[in-house]
Amino acid sequence: MGESAFLVGQIFNGFSVASLFVLAALGLALSFGLMRVINMAHGEMLMLGGYLAYMTLQVVPGPLGIIVAMPVAFLGAALIGALLEWSVIHRLSARPLDTLLATWGVSLVLQQAARNLFGAIGVEVTAPSWLNHVVQLHTGPLEGLTLPDTRLFILVVAGIVLAGIALILNKTRLGLYVRAVNQDRSTAAAMGVNARLIDLMVFSLGTGVAGLAGVILALLGPVTPTVGQSYIVPAFLVVILGGLGSLVGTTIASLIVGLFTALIEIFVDVSVAQVLLLVFVIVFIQFRPQGVITVRTRALEG
Amino acid sequence: MKKFDPKLISGIIIIILGALAPWIISQYELSLLGRFLALSILAMGIMLTWGEAGILSLGQGVFFGLGGYALAMHLKLEGLNVANGDMPDFMVWSGVSALPKFWYPFQSGIFSIACVVLVPGLFAAGFSWLMFRRRVGGVYFALITQALALAFSTLLISQQSLTGGFNGLTDYSTLFGYDITTSEAARVIYWVTFVIVVIAFFFLKWLLGSRYGVMLRATRDGENRVRFLGHNPVPYKVVAFGIAGALAGIGGALFTLHSGVVSPALVGVVPSIEMVVWVAVGGRNILWGAIAGTLLVNFAKDQISSAFPSLWLYGLGALFILAVSFLPMGIAGLFRPGSGEERVMRRIISRRPLKTAE
Repeated sequence: MGESAFLVGQIFNGFSVASLFVLAALGLALSFGLMRVINMAHGEMLMLGGYLAYMTLQVVPGPLGIIVAMPVAFLGAALIGALLEWSVIHRLSARPLDTLLATWGVSLVLQQAARNLFGAIGVEVTAPSWLNHVVQLHTGPLEGLTLPDTRLFILVVAGIVLAGIALILNKTRLGLYVRAVNQDRSTAAAMGVNARLIDLMVFSLGTGVAGLAGVILALLGPVTPTVGQSYIVPAFLVVILGGLGSLVGTTIASLIVGLFTALIEIFVDVSVAQVLLLVFVIVFIQFRPQGVITVRTRALEG
Repeated sequence: MKKFDPKLISGIIIIILGALAPWIISQYELSLLGRFLALSILAMGIMLTWGEAGILSLGQGVFFGLGGYALAMHLKLEGLNVANGDMPDFMVWSGVSALPKFWYPFQSGIFSIACVVLVPGLFAAGFSWLMFRRRVGGVYFALITQALALAFSTLLISQQSLTGGFNGLTDYSTLFGYDITTSEAARVIYWVTFVIVVIAFFFLKWLLGSRYGVMLRATRDGENRVRFLGHNPVPYKVVAFGIAGALAGIGGALFTLHSGVVSPALVGVVPSIEMVVWVAVGGRNILWGAIAGTLLVNFAKDQISSAFPSLWLYGLGALFILAVSFLPMGIAGLFRPGSGEERVMRRIISRRPLKTAE
């Protein structure tokens, strides 16, 4: 395998990791923009999506199981998300740090529930046969480059979801309301927007997307009770880099984190890469503490 | 008769009981109490930053670990003839050819003890300065400290030959030439811990009562107002975070002495956030609440987690949700006049005789 093929392969890996991060971080970023709270149980929505995919495949085996699993996981996670928002988060939303701790408690409970229901070892979801190929180049300057189908599939799904969310945010009345509440909650409320309902809908949309991401995660490796934890800390960093509640910012930040991790792992091992990513975020904050994209606002924080 | 201050009396009684504890409770209970008191030093630091300065750190385990590892490195080197090429056991097992350079200074006990305080303290101060100077706070700061805890623990695990990896540093027997495995030594270590807890308590009490404490609370309640009034809030927050880091380091070193081990399992994401729940349960704005919460949660954990491990995780999760939602001032808030918790308790108490009368 040539040098350039290896490099392109790593870049491709970076993009596919980035597309997982964007699906995981999207809900976090949108809700953070609206309510200034972070849901620490968001990683468990990934886990939930993974287990829902596993259960769906028990009921609907065969090549199309995974296609059925995606809406199931989306709806399941969105429903749990709505319940979580209604019962815990919105009651605490005036105290963002307390919300952080309470949702961490929720995440512990969900992890333990998964451990009791499915066991600590984890369950396997086998990718359908139509995703079992690799695209391999045999000639040309990139000879030897292999692109697994599952990774391509992730890119496609992430692209479709991003396009769908962008459409909702920019072309529908709901999106208009979301943007209005994002810019100025009290004015939007005074104009008759039901800000409470918008919070709830955006939150459950975000957890639904995370559930969808969980299905994809299940294709890559076993679903364990702590599967969400390994993706959620990078997703938090994506939210910090991306800026408040911006779709474009979150996407760019995911690409930065995904590509940075994939490329730095050529030179150092995974644990050092994690440290360097954190150093990168800290350095980045020194120059742009408000993130990649800033939503202009005249409100004074704090 | 002279009227006594109930606060003063209960304080004196607790200090006397604490000092006499080696004769009151069993050796096993004493070792638990010593460990948890070491943890409560760290908890007081969380009370300082979270309760008084409004800075939530989900990475206190990092500073705890820095202190613990600094002392453990010295303990590992004690009794070894480093000049002769001796190395700690785990390095021999991982096939390291020579003692890494940064281990050399830890032959000196004084240097190591200075490191226990200074390394976490200065690292915490420097790290937080980078954040606070760019006005990164609140949720952002909490998430970045969590990433720090994750990075620190994975780094410790992966650098097996330098840090002992997943097992950490364990199996040490002497400090300053004294055997630390005997029951007398356990008693002495307990007293040292107890004295440091008392000193830290009164130091923080003094600090929070000073003008510095007033500025810290002002920053918590309205950072922008503090700025408008012409003060720079950054140094106040950096100092608070640095002190909390140093306290966590001291707690980590003492905990290592008590338990005989320091490992990545004590410093990662989950233990770091558990530390916050001790303070949340005890009372984030009340110094003795931080200590009480640490002791209470840890003794409960010791009792429950060995008998029903899965129940403990449900319990911990529920504790987070309930403490934060319904008892924002913690248990200590029940005793503070005028707090919401105290009013609730008073209502329960005053209603009871009414019900029995009916």
